Amino acid sequence: MNDQPVVQIENVTKVFPRGNVTALQDIELSIAPGEFVSLIGPSGCGKSTLLRVIGDLVEPTEGSVTVNGKPARRARVDHDYGIVFQDAVLFDWRTVAKNIAVPLELLGWSRDRRTQRVDEMLDLVELAGFADHHPWQLSGGMQQRVSIARALAFEPALLLMDEPFGALDEMTRERLNLELLSIWQQLGSTVVFVTHSISEAVFLSTRVVVMSPRPGRIAGVVPIDLASPRGVETREDPRFFELVTQVRELLRKRGEHLLPEEAQLLEATE
Amino acid sequence: MSAVAIGVRERRRRDGIERGARRALAVVLLLLAVVGLYELYRWVWSSAGWTWPFAVTPVSMPHVWTIVKAFGQPAQVNQPPLIQILFHKSLFTMKEAIVGFALGALIGFFLGVVLVHSRLLRRGVVPYIVASQTIPILAIAPMVVVWVNPKLPGPLQGWGAVAVIAAYLTFFPVAINTLRGLQAVDPRALELMRTYAASPWTVLWKLRVPSSLPYVFAALKLAATACVVGAIIGELPSGLQSGLGGAILNFNQYYSIEPQELWATNVVAALVGILFFVTVVIAEKLVVRRAPERIE
Repeated sequence: MNDQPVVQIENVTKVFPRGNVTALQDIELSIAPGEFVSLIGPSGCGKSTLLRVIGDLVEPTEGSVTVNGKPARRARVDHDYGIVFQDAVLFDWRTVAKNIAVPLELLGWSRDRRTQRVDEMLDLVELAGFADHHPWQLSGGMQQRVSIARALAFEPALLLMDEPFGALDEMTRERLNLELLSIWQQLGSTVVFVTHSISEAVFLSTRVVVMSPRPGRIAGVVPIDLASPRGVETREDPRFFELVTQVRELLRKRGEHLLPEEAQLLEATE
Repeated sequence: MSAVAIGVRERRRRDGIERGARRALAVVLLLLAVVGLYELYRWVWSSAGWTWPFAVTPVSMPHVWTIVKAFGQPAQVNQPPLIQILFHKSLFTMKEAIVGFALGALIGFFLGVVLVHSRLLRRGVVPYIVASQTIPILAIAPMVVVWVNPKLPGPLQGWGAVAVIAAYLTFFPVAINTLRGLQAVDPRALELMRTYAASPWTVLWKLRVPSSLPYVFAALKLAATACVVGAIIGELPSGLQSGLGGAILNFNQYYSIEPQELWATNVVAALVGILFFVTVVIAEKLVVRRAPERIE
């Protein structure tokens, strides 16, 4: 493995012409292979926009983004990343196995190769018994695991996750956090993870990028030096609380100019 | 975990059979109730001598058993029983309707697919599609016959033009609903396809078409009955005697003497429509996989 960054963001600014909103301003960020980077901040800080800029779903107004050393567009066309949204976005008319196979079909994989990979992915997300179920027969957490399996099926170097567990209850979320960590350790891929939850960000990441709104900027970066492998006891580690406090302080410092409802939202995430 | 899932599936299957049986029973009971109400109405009105909204006579409302009996008797001397004649005529009309349905559904689907990809075409073409349906089919049928018939090869002569008229009634709901269904695709799913750098063709076949199927089938159900009506009406100006339209025209003339024959023909026409409808419903059950709570 070389040391070329997986994601290199230079001087990125994004202005949405409608309402002339500056969603991102002068963002500089470099993500090394194998890193797990969380983007956290209040609504409107541009964290989802930044993720979409990396995935070439939103074009930056200024600046450049490279993924695996290529321009973001080239990387998207080359299937260099997999993505997981807040909703699983599964196809109702396909079974779980066929949903995971969607990107493999688009890549033109043979049927045998697809079946073999889908089986591996089902084992990875522990859904082997549900291959022939349809998405509506699964719980929200299980659907999101299918979506993760689909995103990882073609072994992309980079996994983009946009609040993947935001719609799930706390218990499911914590279980999926553990599962995601174990998947990440097994595959050694690079992850960019957008979240509202401070504890989730600290628990999962090697680095937490704290963002502030209007205009969206990076308020600070907190390296997470928690021991690995992390488990249930990590959340009780005093160092965990120190890091959570550190992230919260960064959010709060930038939160003085918030609107009342945003301040409330911020409270809710703590 | 999967053992539990299989148990659930088995139970769901058994529930399905039970529900089917209950539904069939309901259909029979409802049919008996309709017949009963019809005869009750007849009896009350004729014994009270009421003439509003119309006087009940054997001509205006023949007895149900008169209509049923008519099926077994020849409509004209030296002919097979009416049911046999109507059976052959309905086969002929069904041939027209099926070809019309297929043609109209294909054209409608194709139009929907073309229109979803061009806003300009949508703006320009949709008003004409709508206008095409505001002209009564009876006004168009003679022209279609004159235009289409001379171009048709021998075996298609006559009924081919009627199939085109049936298609004319079929394509409209299919085009409009296909367009609607193709547009109603989940924008997040479109974004997902974008992350795969999928071509418009791939997006169409892997995403838009499968997710539009519930809309398409809603239209096909409308079209299933419309194509039968189109085929029957199309036979009138064509002067075709081999189908139900010809039979209806014929029995119309004898209505004041033998009303039961027209009633019997109408029952057969209705049965053909129901057969078409049910066929589409079954096809939908086989093709469209979606959440059970969204079926009802």
